[in-house]
Order: sequence, then C-alpha cells, then structure tokens
Amino acid sequence: MTQIPVLKIGCSLVVSIQIDMHDQVALALQDDLTEKLVSTRARGVLIDISALDLVDSFIGRTISNIAGIAKVLDAVTVVVGMRPAVAITLVELGMTLAGIKTALTLERGLALIDDALAASD
Amino acid sequence: MQVERTRTVAVQTTEDVVKARQLVRQAMAAMKFSLVDQTKFVTAASEIARNTVIYGGGGSLRMETLTDGARKGLRLVFEDKGPGIADVGLALTDGYTTGGGLGMGLPGAKRLCSEFDLESEPGEGTRVTLVRWTLT
Repeated sequence: MTQIPVLKIGCSLVVSIQIDMHDQVALALQDDLTEKLVSTRARGVLIDISALDLVDSFIGRTISNIAGIAKVLDAVTVVVGMRPAVAITLVELGMTLAGIKTALTLERGLALIDDALAASD
Repeated sequence: MQVERTRTVAVQTTEDVVKARQLVRQAMAAMKFSLVDQTKFVTAASEIARNTVIYGGGGSLRMETLTDGARKGLRLVFEDKGPGIADVGLALTDGYTTGGGLGMGLPGAKRLCSEFDLESEPGEGTRVTLVRWTLT
C-alpha cells in the first residue's frame, strides 16, 4: 500500500500529502504519525495539504484525529496550504476543523509551531 | 432535458471511491465547471461513494451529462443493494450517524449539490442521485 513519507525537521514531524488518499492510506498515516511522535519525541506535526484538491469528511476527520492524538502526546499540529476551493467546500460540508491551527504556508506553519511551543514551555 | 452520455463504474472498494471522484473531476473539468463547483461536487460524490461501499456493501455509479436550455449539468446516480436506510429524514440530519462517523456525510453532500435525491427501502438498497448545474 502507498505510504506517505513523514520527515523530521527540527523538533517537528512534517508530512506533505501529495496523492489522492483512499481511506486506508489516511488511517495508515494516522498510525504512522502516532508511532513516530513517540519514537522521535517530536513536539510538532505539520501537515501540508497544498497538493490536495479535495478534503472530504473522512480526510477531515483523520486530520482532526491526528491533531487530537498529537495533543494528548504533547505536540502541536498545524495544517498548511489549504486551497481556497477546499476551504469553501469544507465549511459548506459542515467541517470547520475546530481547534486545529492552520497557516497558509509551510514557513508560517513551522513558525506557528515554534510560537506555540515557546508559549507552553 | 437531454441526457447525453452515460457511463457506469463499479463502486466496491475505497480505491473505487478515489477512482469515482477522479472520474467526476475529469468530467466536470471537461464541461468547464468552475474550480469551486468541481471541488464541491467531487466532495459530495466522495461522501456518497464511501456510503455506497461502507453501508451499501458496494454498488455502482452512473454518470450522465445533462443539457437543459442554457444550462448543462452532471448527474451522478449511486446505487447499492445493501440493507437500505430505515429513516431517510434522520439520515439527512446533521450529526446523526450509525457508523461511528461524524454524521456529516449525507447532509453535507446534500448541501454541496444543486439537486439531491435519496431513495431507499429497508432490505432493498439505496439510490442517491446528485446533480450539479452550470450555465453554458
């Protein structure tokens, strides 16, 4: 099965979703990130969705779950790069990704994680 | 109203859900739907395709191109022979779920379409029809 690469940059895990994920791939990403959060002791998770032309309720829920798991494991999650059409559709669908930090670019996302960690330390 | 073209594909697995949304995306791009319209309708198709697989036990998607005066549309008909939906009104209520999800798939998909129709008989299966129109 296709696996989405998870990279470590500084104290954060960075994931760039470049494919149209089917549900099992999304769930595998959730499990993989959870394991790597613990094994690498990362404090942040950055998920780049700039290549995604669709986020439906399943993918949205997976992103929410990842953020929830990361929070329990003492890490901050930031979603970056959401396309405008995806944002419009998500809100109309009824999924506002409440409680998830977002940034428009990767750079600002990493800065947001740093800020959040600095504020909590 | 003219129905111009029909294509039917299987919707049996979660990989088929991905294929279905790609087919819908391609059809809408060819029909010159706006990017926002494409994204909304493909998302609706993804929700219903997933329901067909998970709740309906698999089924099919029929795609039809419609022409009606100055507007053109894409109609998607998802059919399964699964257990059906006992209470269609309840299933279309935000937040109601029997599958452990968020309960936004059906009501959310309905909001993302121009026309939405859900027919279901317990024990007989479910047919969901989605239409999105655009001006030519």
